[in-house]
Amino acid sequence: MQRDDQRDEVEMLALMLLIRRFEERASQQYQAQKIGGFCHLYIGQEAVAVGAVAATRPDDYIITAYRDHGHALARGTSANACMAELFGKETGCSRGLGGSMHFFDKTNHMYGGHAIVGAHVPLAAGMAFASKYLGEDRVTLCFFGDGAINQGSFHEALNLIALYKLPAVLICENNLFAMGTSVKRSTSLKQIVDRAEGYDIPGDILDGMNFREVRDKLAEIIISIRKDSHPAFVEVRTYRYRGHSMSDPASYRTKDELEKYRLDDPIIRLRAQLTREGRLTNEEFDSIDKKAKETVLAAVKFAEQSPELPVEGVYDYVYANSVAAGVSFAKSGGPAADTAATIG
Amino acid sequence: MREITYRQAVNEALAEELERDPNVFLMGEEVAEYHGAYKVSQGLLERFGPKRIIDTPISENGFAGLGVGAAMVGLRPIIEFMTFSFSLVAFDQVVNNAPNMFMMSGGQFNIPITFRGPNGPAHQLAATHSHATENLYASVPGLKVCTPATPRDAKGLLKTAVRDDNPVLVLEAELLYSSKGMVEPPDEELLIPLGEAQVKREGSDVSVICYAQTVSLALAAAQQLEEENISAEIIDLRSIKPLDEKAIFDSVAKTHRVVIVEQDRPFCGVGAEVCYRIQKNIFDALDAPILRVSQEDVPMPYNERLEKFVLPNADKLMSAVKKVCYA
Repeated sequence: MQRDDQRDEVEMLALMLLIRRFEERASQQYQAQKIGGFCHLYIGQEAVAVGAVAATRPDDYIITAYRDHGHALARGTSANACMAELFGKETGCSRGLGGSMHFFDKTNHMYGGHAIVGAHVPLAAGMAFASKYLGEDRVTLCFFGDGAINQGSFHEALNLIALYKLPAVLICENNLFAMGTSVKRSTSLKQIVDRAEGYDIPGDILDGMNFREVRDKLAEIIISIRKDSHPAFVEVRTYRYRGHSMSDPASYRTKDELEKYRLDDPIIRLRAQLTREGRLTNEEFDSIDKKAKETVLAAVKFAEQSPELPVEGVYDYVYANSVAAGVSFAKSGGPAADTAATIG
Repeated sequence: MREITYRQAVNEALAEELERDPNVFLMGEEVAEYHGAYKVSQGLLERFGPKRIIDTPISENGFAGLGVGAAMVGLRPIIEFMTFSFSLVAFDQVVNNAPNMFMMSGGQFNIPITFRGPNGPAHQLAATHSHATENLYASVPGLKVCTPATPRDAKGLLKTAVRDDNPVLVLEAELLYSSKGMVEPPDEELLIPLGEAQVKREGSDVSVICYAQTVSLALAAAQQLEEENISAEIIDLRSIKPLDEKAIFDSVAKTHRVVIVEQDRPFCGVGAEVCYRIQKNIFDALDAPILRVSQEDVPMPYNERLEKFVLPNADKLMSAVKKVCYA
């Protein structure tokens, strides 16, 4: 059931479609060599980010790993800013300095985009620690993949989060593969959620292809955390349709497996639910989809036409000025490497 | 001015910054109930309570990262490493997360965090516990690194570090904690800027550039050299990054001869960088090749006699000075 305090489901469906179309276009632009570096697509997993965000307040903290386009878009970062980031432009959400794996958006409380597997889980602990320290009732949502759960930083962070009773929801997006290694070949557990039990953190398994299930369960968890700070863990079972990154043909899995998940597509599923309930017509869906495609096309145009940072601007992003300490480490003098390194 | 120990100086800096800013907290292994492995945080738990003086499990990667995350959302953590040898377990957080966030977020997230604790060889702690990490960390853009050698610098640099809006490493030294020195009274605000070296002793024949544990070594050598009619100027870098080039160049322009005595290892050590900058900028001022005295390029042995051989010592320094002075 949709509660009053939850954002409109049609709007959420539109967001999922926007992510899908954005990623398709990103893939195309990557192949056209407009996008550099590594690029990991979120196609298939849309219900996780959108379902989770639908359960949060806008000031709750969101932090995720490198497959981050969907989380930023779900959080409200514009398609323009996201596409421009992929293009390395100054108008990107990280001014073209972070790229695909490092989307940041302070205004929308999106704290990255972190590309070292598991290394951001301690950061999430710190963000949740800060909320508790400051007496706020914000909740930190930390997304990571099934590959992160065997990393030391993940374990250290879970212990700290449990020990200090921090207001954090640990969201494992289990898409069955850490790059090309299946969970069965990487993890000694029968099910990932059992990791939480080792730290005395309550855990649940959610169907990541089901928007409503993700949203409703997380909403319930978040309400409980706001009342009395504690951590929670959810294993959200999902699937990425594409390879690990753009360079991965995903030959380690079968076509049948992919097809099975495609039939259970999160967008098709929410669309069917809404249609069945008489809340969405085919025409309305088509119009939403058309709008998503247009938004993304406009984003490509925006990214193409946006400027890049001037090269000497790179020194502006090494140190923040330290006015409080009475010492200025302000911009140094351009690309004369020695001098710049001395000052900063 | 009154005389206090280096340990007390660090303790005062912590207390004053905790008092001044409610968003400052101290976290690390044994910092609260045990009062610090080296008793640096004595009395802080009683004064500021468990909310702000926080014991952690033995999880350097975890709590260093927690600090970085807390700094992203407005707190100003002071993270203590029981020794910087253990910071290597948290290398990813200190090197990959703290200093990179500002760049990769396009300037949205600076990380005002202080990592502090003893660094460098102590006494017979063997290879795993004797790391001098200053050259490792100073090589990372986005980090600042200081190495206080005296109680006054320990207090003034730490207070500045806590107020800095960037990640700063304050590398203390176990063997210095009980050393004494004159420090301004507590009611007098003591902030020593990062990136300012100090002339510890004026001289005219040779510049001896040192920092941290090698400062006392250099001062003692200067005394002895004086008897042999060699006047050594002693420059304590105090900060490795930013590096006070001006102080170095001013001294070299005066003495024309340089020995760098550093506590880290020779290959890609701090001295290598200082040496490069001197020859690049004031080559013509030099009357002799620059020499470096550092550790030997080996993992630290436990055996006391071997350790002594590996460390920079008075004999090596004296001989280097005489060599550059052609004495």
